[in-house]
Amino acid sequence: MSPRGHTDLARIFREEWAQTVATLVGVFDDLDIAEDAAQEAFAAAARLWPDRGLPPNPGGWLTTTARRRAIDRLRREATRDDRHAQAALLHQQTASADEAMGDDRLRLIFTCCHPALSMEARVALTLRLLGGLTTSEIARAFLVSHAAMEQRIVRAKRKIRANGLPYRIPEDHELPGRLRSVLAVIYLVFNEGYLATSGDEVIRTELCDEAVRLARMLARLMPDEPEALGLLALLLLTEARRDARTSPAGEQILLPEQDRTAWNPTLIREGHGLVRSCLQRGRPGPYQLQAAISAVHCDAPSMDETDWEQIITLYDQWVAIAPTPVVRLNRAIAIAEVEGVPVGLELLDDLGAELAGHQPFHVARADLLRRVGRNGEAAAAYDRAAALTDNLTVRRFLDRRRRELPHETP
Amino acid sequence: MPTYLLSVCYPPGGSLPSDEQMQRIMADVSAFQEELQREGAWVFSGGLHDPSTATTVRIKDGETLTTDGPFIESKEILGGLTIIEASDLDAALAWAEKAARATTTPIEVRPFQSSDNP
Repeated sequence: MSPRGHTDLARIFREEWAQTVATLVGVFDDLDIAEDAAQEAFAAAARLWPDRGLPPNPGGWLTTTARRRAIDRLRREATRDDRHAQAALLHQQTASADEAMGDDRLRLIFTCCHPALSMEARVALTLRLLGGLTTSEIARAFLVSHAAMEQRIVRAKRKIRANGLPYRIPEDHELPGRLRSVLAVIYLVFNEGYLATSGDEVIRTELCDEAVRLARMLARLMPDEPEALGLLALLLLTEARRDARTSPAGEQILLPEQDRTAWNPTLIREGHGLVRSCLQRGRPGPYQLQAAISAVHCDAPSMDETDWEQIITLYDQWVAIAPTPVVRLNRAIAIAEVEGVPVGLELLDDLGAELAGHQPFHVARADLLRRVGRNGEAAAAYDRAAALTDNLTVRRFLDRRRRELPHETP
Repeated sequence: MPTYLLSVCYPPGGSLPSDEQMQRIMADVSAFQEELQREGAWVFSGGLHDPSTATTVRIKDGETLTTDGPFIESKEILGGLTIIEASDLDAALAWAEKAARATTTPIEVRPFQSSDNP
């Protein structure tokens, strides 16, 4: 098979993995059986397809093959209760409509992101069972050993089995909380890739791509949930600016200095469309508002032409929903652009105690102090910010900023 | 049907509720127990005396050793327990939420082993 063929295979595997695992969990009610069988089917496809060519319906082929493998295995293993196989055979007769397939994927998302699991376990299970990342890849992404990551996944699956953690879509009254957990997992995966402070570049790109894929899946499966659309919009608008945020030398470039022609217009267009359609529902939430703010930034041809009034309005709405110190920090930064740096600095001072250990707070404060010529204080704030990060790219940037400060004239 | 243990945990040395609060808690807890029974989810429940009333028995070199006090000195105290049957963890967690409201303490949920789920 040509290199192009291999890319096709990888793409199909990415697209079909979640559905295959999800369908099999629906049939066998067991994550391990589903995962092992899916893995066998994908291995068989990797062996057969390069010579024979793709089957007419690759997804269907993978699911059917995986299901057969699982039944074969259950029959072979005398210790396993036969009821799994019986259930599978019964299930086989019911046709799997598109809707049922979508529901299986949703069930799997909600199971992997169940609040009874630790956040770390939710992320690991989601990447393994829905993203199809290998345990080694997930371990590398989160800078832990393979053994430790494997242990984390095994423990989470054991907890699911021991507790009878249900494989189902939450009911309406549970949905807000449960959906929040799913959104948080996807957002965390994206940020781990986007903001990762160290580690392998390839695997980090993979995490961003995976998060976007998961957000797309969720937005498609839950089109009536504006926050699901909001999250997808936010990820696309952030992803659109990825290439512009690092210099060729590997240094961080902040928004004001970014080359806006390097932003990805296709992703921005899609993000804008999503922001409009979700805000129209009149049920704003943190992801929608954050996406809307990103959209305003992406709309501006230059930093000076940014519609700050609009951004402040959005922050006001966000503070009304979630008055966290970090949201108030970002609102203060926007206010500094409209009402002047001294006003912004005053607002920041009110947050100093709550955000003493929050690196972006010190970066923002250093920047505002620099702009009003309080260079000694700015230098101290840059030092504080640099001390709070392990990321070399960020630290290099902060050191340069600090060096560029004019010397304080006594 | 899966069986779950709901444990009432509270930190030792925490301030005791006033008599008035206590009465309210007792009333809420018995309403909770009645609801469990009405729904057919109740298996067993009971409150426990203070850990200082515990006696620990162990076998050492074939000899029975009886000592005063709890086996594990833990930060959290097991104040009481309820055993319920529920269709799955979500149903058990919904009961735990009601229990936590009634007792005003955290509730730990743990599944029992069974032949179905070793």
